[in-house]
Amino acid sequence: MKSLHDLLKKYEKLFLTGGKYEKLGPAYRAFYTFLYTPEVVTEKGAHIRSSIDLKRVMFVVVMALIPATLFGIWNTGHQYYVQAVAAGIEPAGGFWSEFLFGLKKVLPMIIVSYVVGLGIEFYFAIKRGEEVNEGYLVTGLLIPLIMPVTIPLWILALSVAFAVIFGKEVFGGTGMNIVNPALTARAFAFFSYPATMSGNLVWVANADHYDAVSGETILGYLAQNKSVPWSWWDMFTGTIPGSVGETSVLMILIGLALLLFTKVGSWRIVLSGLLGGVLMGILFNVWGENALMQFPWWQHLMVGGFAFGLAFMATDPVTAAQTNKGKWIYGFLIGALAITIRVLNPAYPEGMMLAILLMNVVAPTIDYLVVEANAKKRMKRKILSVKA
Amino acid sequence: MAKKKAKEILFDPLFENNPITVQVLGICSALAVTVKLMPAIVMALSVMVVVGFSNLIISLMRNYIPMRIRIIVQLVVIASLVILVDLFLKAFSYDVSKQLSVFVGLIITNCIVMGRLEAFAMDNKPWPSFLDGIGNGAGYGLILIIVAFFRELFGSGTLFNHKVIPQWLYDHGYMDNGMMLMPAMALITVGVIIWVQRSLMPQLTEKE
Repeated sequence: MKSLHDLLKKYEKLFLTGGKYEKLGPAYRAFYTFLYTPEVVTEKGAHIRSSIDLKRVMFVVVMALIPATLFGIWNTGHQYYVQAVAAGIEPAGGFWSEFLFGLKKVLPMIIVSYVVGLGIEFYFAIKRGEEVNEGYLVTGLLIPLIMPVTIPLWILALSVAFAVIFGKEVFGGTGMNIVNPALTARAFAFFSYPATMSGNLVWVANADHYDAVSGETILGYLAQNKSVPWSWWDMFTGTIPGSVGETSVLMILIGLALLLFTKVGSWRIVLSGLLGGVLMGILFNVWGENALMQFPWWQHLMVGGFAFGLAFMATDPVTAAQTNKGKWIYGFLIGALAITIRVLNPAYPEGMMLAILLMNVVAPTIDYLVVEANAKKRMKRKILSVKA
Repeated sequence: MAKKKAKEILFDPLFENNPITVQVLGICSALAVTVKLMPAIVMALSVMVVVGFSNLIISLMRNYIPMRIRIIVQLVVIASLVILVDLFLKAFSYDVSKQLSVFVGLIITNCIVMGRLEAFAMDNKPWPSFLDGIGNGAGYGLILIIVAFFRELFGSGTLFNHKVIPQWLYDHGYMDNGMMLMPAMALITVGVIIWVQRSLMPQLTEKE
């Protein structure tokens, strides 16, 4: 490792002000600080700063995503083999053949997402003469995890480009975006190319190669008023068709534990989101008009993108509400809206995506109202104390 | 307002003072009628005619209109012209008229028309007023046509309803972008045009 550091240092002066590749400086520094501790020293103001900078925060989220990613890779292969064996195309494969098959499908998605997204980020940073931010490290991994595995790579690339440019860069880059970029990518793909994002053929790799595939998601089954062929244990462990990384509640919980333990994710949002989802689920259970409404409320929390969205996207500190009270309202409405959209409009099975995007937009208003209410309360208290 | 030359009056609204991208007026219909190129062109022409002639007529009458009821007078003129255009379209190109549906009638509410009457025709001579109307109509139409071009090309793969995206692209997995057909994407397209225009004309950027 020492030699790599020396090598980087040797070429550093080329990228400094006045150097030959001065313009590419941000790219060099992004790469350097990704590998080593930044050498920037404070010159004025507070000299002791938290070691938890943006890079560490992002890295914690990436680590939290690893279990879901690995499981998603295996599940991609597993779903394929289940279908292919039933159709008599493939002999039953073991764990490793399933994992390797999944890797072959998912790895290109991750690579495309990072190459396109980081390419655009670097371009904007160099053009604006700013430092490259680490925000995309998380987004780049989130995007493949919330897409169906069969999505054509060019659509993935286009969605990533759209999300990074219009979801993020036009607002000023990392930390300035008002909507979650990963969900922007998914929403773009969902509305632009609905055929690749819904139906019963997209959730299992190579599903269109054989007949009699049953690659429908649980919400897909319910929307057609059919009964679900999976047990709650399948939903919990995640051996069901769905977007790459969203199926396993178990793996998401492991990641969530890390997020909450490190306080990168807000427990208020997660808890209130759960409450909102539970409450709406119970209300619809009582109503009970169709299969979607009769679906037990606690199972609603385990299917679709509910768990994944609540753990990794609703808690995104940039787009969520900032005040503590605001977080309660924000999380609760996400949970409640997600279940509501899912149940009342079966054309949009992914209620979670729409609920989070909607609440992203409303979050600043919630904060504003919370702060205003607090100011009013204190004003009243002051008047009272003056009178007394 | 300083006196401008006829040429400036006519061409300023095309780029430098474009009603959609600079004044941000008339966005609503720009989103609604730009799914296909043909209706967008017809709409652009209709607005040009309405703005041009209402400017001309109001400018001719400007010294006789009592200030208190000027809005009503302006509306009567605009409404008559819009009805004329509407009937003309129904008579000579019924299909396009059906596609545009209520949006021809809604030219009445297009802020550009009223805006130009108030801002220009009420205190300028007829000929410059007419040029100003035509120029603003053309500026509006230009953006409409650019937006419609991209929306039809990427949303339906056609231009003037002729397939222009070759079949082999579809065979290789290319798909039309369904979001281009939604108004949301029209708004983003307008946004991109504004972005491009402002990078080319830095003088348009507001001072901070």
